[in-house]
Amino acid sequence: MAENSKLLEVKNLTVHYETDEGIVEAVNDISFHIAPGEILGVVGETGAGKTTIARSIMGLLPKPPAHVISGSIQIEGQEMLSDKPESKGFFDFAQKRARSADERRLERIYREIRGKKISMMFQDPMTALNPVLYVGDQIAEVIKIHENVSEAQARERAGEMLELVGIPADRYKEYPHQFSGGMKQRVVIAIALACHPNLIIADEPTTALDVTIQAQILEMLRDLQKKFGTAIMLITHDFGVVAEICDRCMVIYAGEKVEEGTLEDIFDNRVHPYTVGLFDSMPDMYDNSLRLKPIKGLMPNPMDLPSYCSFYDRCSVRCDACKDGAPVLREINRGHFAACSAAAGRGEVE
Amino acid sequence: MSKITTPAMVKLNKKTKGRHKETGNTPMQEGLKRLRKNKTAMAGMIIILFLIIIAIFAPLIAPYGYQEQSYTEVRLGPSLQHLFGTDHLGRDIFSRCVYGTRYSLPIGLICTLLGLVIGGGLGLVAAYFGGRTDNIIMRIIDIIQAIPSILLCIALVAILGNGMWQLVVAITAGTIQGMTKNVRAAVFMVRNNEYVNSSKSIGVSDFQIMIRHLVPNAVGIIVINAVGVVATSILTISSLSYLGVGLVAPTPEWGAILAEGKQYMAVAPHMVYFPGLMIAITVVAFYLFGNGLRDALDPRLK
Amino acid sequence: MPLLEIKNVKKYYSTPRGLLHAVDDVTMNIEKGKTIGIVGESGCGKSTLGKTLIRMEDATAGEIWFDGQEITGMQHHEFRKMRMKMQMIFQDPYSSLDPRMSVYQLIAEPIQTYKLAQGKKDLEEKVFGLMEEVGLAKRLSNSYPHELDGGRRQRIGIARALSLDPEFIVCDEPVSALDVSIQAQILNLLMDLQKDKDLTYMFITHDMSVVKHISDDIAVMYLGQVVEKAGFEELFARPLHPYSKALFSAIPVPSIHNRRERILLKGEITSPVNPKPCCRFAARCPHAEDICRQTEPKLRDMGNGHFCKCHRAGEV
Repeated sequence: MAENSKLLEVKNLTVHYETDEGIVEAVNDISFHIAPGEILGVVGETGAGKTTIARSIMGLLPKPPAHVISGSIQIEGQEMLSDKPESKGFFDFAQKRARSADERRLERIYREIRGKKISMMFQDPMTALNPVLYVGDQIAEVIKIHENVSEAQARERAGEMLELVGIPADRYKEYPHQFSGGMKQRVVIAIALACHPNLIIADEPTTALDVTIQAQILEMLRDLQKKFGTAIMLITHDFGVVAEICDRCMVIYAGEKVEEGTLEDIFDNRVHPYTVGLFDSMPDMYDNSLRLKPIKGLMPNPMDLPSYCSFYDRCSVRCDACKDGAPVLREINRGHFAACSAAAGRGEVE
Repeated sequence: MSKITTPAMVKLNKKTKGRHKETGNTPMQEGLKRLRKNKTAMAGMIIILFLIIIAIFAPLIAPYGYQEQSYTEVRLGPSLQHLFGTDHLGRDIFSRCVYGTRYSLPIGLICTLLGLVIGGGLGLVAAYFGGRTDNIIMRIIDIIQAIPSILLCIALVAILGNGMWQLVVAITAGTIQGMTKNVRAAVFMVRNNEYVNSSKSIGVSDFQIMIRHLVPNAVGIIVINAVGVVATSILTISSLSYLGVGLVAPTPEWGAILAEGKQYMAVAPHMVYFPGLMIAITVVAFYLFGNGLRDALDPRLK
Repeated sequence: MPLLEIKNVKKYYSTPRGLLHAVDDVTMNIEKGKTIGIVGESGCGKSTLGKTLIRMEDATAGEIWFDGQEITGMQHHEFRKMRMKMQMIFQDPYSSLDPRMSVYQLIAEPIQTYKLAQGKKDLEEKVFGLMEEVGLAKRLSNSYPHELDGGRRQRIGIARALSLDPEFIVCDEPVSALDVSIQAQILNLLMDLQKDKDLTYMFITHDMSVVKHISDDIAVMYLGQVVEKAGFEELFARPLHPYSKALFSAIPVPSIHNRRERILLKGEITSPVNPKPCCRFAARCPHAEDICRQTEPKLRDMGNGHFCKCHRAGEV
């Protein structure tokens, strides 16, 4: 793939949180990319590190306690992580100054592009909107910040955005509490799309909504995505949502990418035992077998990850070789990757 | 997927690994652990402990009796003999201040405790039962609150007369309304938790729910507020004494010492400085402790 | 005789905007040892129905017969004995356990409340027995809820409900706060317990695949009313009410083959305050006619144990 065809490229990203109790290894050596106009689904359970990845890309990690240990994030070729090392010593003033100057520079770049090139949608539409401002003004605000337009023009554009997400423009002067959950999420989408960004990071955008509303929102998101050619990174725990709108999908476990591929790869030819286990745990709408097949055990404590495969303790196909070291991400098919020493072999045979 | 480790992390890992116990820590124990790490709270607590020790061993620490007069040493400035100087009757101000801890601290604590029992009980009942019970209790409290608490105290002392227990009654009365409101708010926050419903669905009685679920979960916020009330109570004691109600001269109460000193402020400012300093240190110590306690017990409120 | 007979149960709340019909005229029977699934979107009154049945909320009108006894009119001390037979498992395993109690204390609480244990030894035996039953390791007895994951916490909630040896358990979204892999463990546990103890469940959820997996009968609720009720196979194979149809078609299915035609509803669930005497779904219904906007349909028997509250059921 040519370099310029990657809208977002994340390489070897490792993020840790330093807490009183210990170091939480939230994201470990994750690499992926998103092409323009593509919808990438990021699937994982609670605590898998999905939100940390999203926040790292948006430059919204709370520092401290978060520390980007290593890696690179490039948005349209622009490096967004500081290459100046963090100072270790207390008296390394020169290094500290260099680092913080670099971080200020990056923050300025981020302020430019946040909302314009990349924007984010949060899970809870209630807390994502300011309760004391008109919904219309909240959309207009984003436009005013990023584009050189007059107050009136911004308002007009905001009204258009409302219409676009299926809200009559005459509800411009209403407050978030006058809207239902689905309507609020529409407003959030309107804000995210207001400046026609190239990439939207959607963190569980429909989890808080009812199924019929979820269907409406997903449908709309897909339509708008087609219309504007926006790329979306969709974070979710629901493979149903992924099947609905994504082009590609990656599965995260304990801060590591365990499998990545097209929908066909993941839904029909999945190889990693964790992905397989996730699918087996879901009650099937079409097959009513009496017992579900859950994955046994729990995700390892992110403060105490093993040096070998982090899924080893719960794995049903493990072998002795799995304990020798961390599994390597291998390409099973073109574009289909899995990090499992046991399954990789099987995948090739199939 | 290789694990990236830097020397600093290895060090941190060594330091932290194995320190966190998997199970068996009550939220209270974890709060206390955080409290021990909180510098402001610890500073406040050390000062308070120090003051308590002074109060207990006052006769051993004070070089002179608090009533002991010496007509040859009137209004002397601070010296090695008289650390805080002497007053207009030649009494050693340091000794008087030391004895003063025996008034402010216990009265402040007792009033807070009494206020907690009465006001806390009212607040708990009001919050748990809600509706009309809540309305009646809170309207009464509102009426009391309409009177400034210092005026209420002065009025009560005026009716009851000067003296120790009268002062306790007056100051307690002044703390009740605040306590009721605080406890009610704290219990309200806890009451809406699903575990209260869970216990109700099992059939646990109202009284048991209050004692076993509401009070233990609200106690953090209540204690934090109570520590603040101790500080204000101490301030009220001194204010009343300064105004000549409650404990009056020759009682070595800090406010009373201050009141005696005020007419000599121009010629002997030390007579005002030192008792004032004692009040300030004590009050600040309680506030520091209270703030630290809040940070430690309820990290969300930070 | 069914274990639980619900006759015309209503639960209204008075709000500043008017009377909120949270549960409006629900009638159903629940057979012993069976699971009835209640599905619907947020605000449809499904949780209120569950709470009303076990008298966490007092019904505004209607009768609830449990094991041959009418319970809505019972005095509190009379009902206390019944309460042991009717328990509830809560949605959020994070807020439904007192954070200051250890696992042991949490499970012991109901037993102590009803003084069911003779002495400390007996209590200990009972608590450890329950822990084993729900799959909690004995070593966790001194842990506190915040130290455990959602699945284990929900197991504590289940142990609490089981401790009084109930016959009927209202499960209010017991797995919706859990991750899929943990959700499957809890669902399996609930189904095993039902088989062992002949328990009767009312399973309230918004997740269609879960409800289909666990239920014998399913009732679909919309704005406080049961709009359709049938056996799970019948309902999923042949949904009659336009709301059920839309609901089922909106479920995201984790497969890239079963691409179905979706029925997208317009608008959102409205508030059940002072509803007009007409079909409550008429405003969003793609098939609504004049009659739907004028008279309220009745819950009609469509044969095969299938009930539907729609004027045009069977036509469209």
